[in-house]
Amino acid sequence: MTVKEIVKEHGNKRENLLQILHDIQNQNPDNYICEKAICELSKEMNIPVSGIKGTASFYTMFSFTPRGKYIIRVCESPPCHILGAQTIFEAIELKLGIEVGETTDDGLFTLEGTSCLGVCGVAPAMMINEEVYGNLDKEKISKILSLIQNKERK
Amino acid sequence: MLKKSIAQILVGIDSNSVLSGARKIKTRIITEINKQGISDQVQVIETGSIGPINEGVVIGIYPSGEIYANMTEDVIEEFIRERFIKGRPYKKLLLSKKLSTGVDTTTYDSRKTQHYGRIVLENCGKINPEDIEEYIGADGYEALGTALEEKTPEGIIKTVKDSGLVGRGGAGFPTGLKWSFAKAAKESPKYIICNADEGEPGTFKDRLIMEGDPHKVLEGMAICGYAIGANTAYIYIRGEYQLSIQRLTKAIKDAEKLGLLGKNIFGTDFNFNVKIKIGAGSYVCGEETALLNSMEGLRGEPRLKPPFPAESGFLSKPTNVNNVETFANIAPIILNGSEWFKKVGTESTPGTKVYTILGHIKRPGLIEVPMGITLREIIYDYAGGMSSGKFKMAQIGGTAGDIFSSKLLDVPLEYQELQKLGHNLGSGAILIMNETVSIANFLTCCMKFFVHESCGKCSVCRIGTRQMYEAFKRLEKKEAYFDELETIKELAGELKLTAFCPLGQSVASPVLSALKYFGKELVQGVNPDKKHEPVTRENMNRGFKPLVYGNK
Repeated sequence: MTVKEIVKEHGNKRENLLQILHDIQNQNPDNYICEKAICELSKEMNIPVSGIKGTASFYTMFSFTPRGKYIIRVCESPPCHILGAQTIFEAIELKLGIEVGETTDDGLFTLEGTSCLGVCGVAPAMMINEEVYGNLDKEKISKILSLIQNKERK
Repeated sequence: MLKKSIAQILVGIDSNSVLSGARKIKTRIITEINKQGISDQVQVIETGSIGPINEGVVIGIYPSGEIYANMTEDVIEEFIRERFIKGRPYKKLLLSKKLSTGVDTTTYDSRKTQHYGRIVLENCGKINPEDIEEYIGADGYEALGTALEEKTPEGIIKTVKDSGLVGRGGAGFPTGLKWSFAKAAKESPKYIICNADEGEPGTFKDRLIMEGDPHKVLEGMAICGYAIGANTAYIYIRGEYQLSIQRLTKAIKDAEKLGLLGKNIFGTDFNFNVKIKIGAGSYVCGEETALLNSMEGLRGEPRLKPPFPAESGFLSKPTNVNNVETFANIAPIILNGSEWFKKVGTESTPGTKVYTILGHIKRPGLIEVPMGITLREIIYDYAGGMSSGKFKMAQIGGTAGDIFSSKLLDVPLEYQELQKLGHNLGSGAILIMNETVSIANFLTCCMKFFVHESCGKCSVCRIGTRQMYEAFKRLEKKEAYFDELETIKELAGELKLTAFCPLGQSVASPVLSALKYFGKELVQGVNPDKKHEPVTRENMNRGFKPLVYGNK
């Protein structure tokens, strides 16, 4: 869908901006909101570019830089922290060679920290795109990531 | 009530059990039942959380009431044969024999809960949340019908006021009073907003309510709409809660089809539409005025109060904002009356409270208990005791909550009693920690959260949270300045007094309570010989590292 169509679907009132931004980001193959889309959106909705960027940059779910196909969000909140969230970061760094905020060279994974995912019952937890994984340890993470890597290689 | 067949297998589907493959297991059970040719006698129902979390896929059997945990695909064949063909319990995975009406299944071995039924979670884990017929079968939408046909808006507000229900989002403001403000507002249209932006770390009660019994929330909202004279409602829900979004969307559609929402509800001239708004990851948006800004497509920064939302809220119109759990309490109150509601809980705070209990305990999960229960009861009766080590501390109400030491194990948890001690009940998360957690390390983690989530509108919070974070990091490394603890105390006091919104103000809660109960431990991080250096051009930015969430 083009930006124009997305705006048409939701209506060009300001209160629909977040939903429109969600849709624009979701349909971008690199999982981000590109400059071009923002300019188009600005015209469609009659909001200055600065206004759209100002709003979008406030929310952690929106990104202005290209991201990997799979976004790994590791929960950093206290309930996960006391049960070992830090070792999760280390395990991912070891396996993929990326630090927080970076994307792997093959464009598959981006590593991000996030606040509570609301699955504290299975802490420590992470989310890869829409899928949540809980009760993590080093071996489990390695297995999950290998599974995705193998799937993509085929 | 439930559709007729000889036995029912309830498969608990919530975000936690889906991770353990609950959906696959459900399909597998159905295949197996068909294979055994007993599909006319056994019905498989998808339901919300049955209770035990961290026990993998949990299923319940009706009417006998057993709970089986940690189901895996390979045992299903054997399980069906044992349980339904041979007709005896499958002992290997049997967790409890006590899933029955009115008993809190989360606390299956607790002696207390049998006296009280659940109110908010009454249907969670018992009905299929995606089937409106089952909700109606469990007296669903009856309260709305009674309200529309027999009660006046004033009468409803009076009942809610009399019941003593206070908002369950954390602040504890009387719900009936809030409604009467919105009712008194002259402008129209009026709006109702259900705050489902549950961002407080450790809290996921609202998610499980929405996943387990979405219609109860919708019914509460419709009653509220009738009472204050609003025809449009929004549910502002976290972007991360995909399953809740799906279930609520379906629930709204189903209710509209049956004329329980939409135009001319129950044949009266009352119209009520519910729409869903999806958030985009911001903690401060849980604050009601920030939520309003976010809904209007702006940065989610809080607004100045007054004017309060009841006067000028969404699109500057009168708006009533309530938490998910608050709305879920409404239908039972209207149906059973305020006197019934007051029988549960304490005198000053009637009703039940849904808590999420987490940390170093044997059974983390969701419980609904009467107001006024103590921390000791929660840990040892409901959570099954500590999973390892000794109890050291608990944080009540999420990251913005107070830290309790073992001295407070016997204080009743309810709004007024805690206020006397200068504490707050908060959102309903209880994080229990053993002696392996260092207080300085824990607070560093909490402060990092606040640095990230501070919206930047007011400098007190923007700079204050950062300073707190740096100070606790120094304490953790045992290289704090000689006067660090006094500085922290002063800073916390300033934040509490001068921050623009509850986010900045609440930073003081964990800090001050930690200083009060764990001062001795924190002092160990102070280096008495470390004095402040004069700031010069050269050392000004030394060691400054911008905080990226997730950095070490």
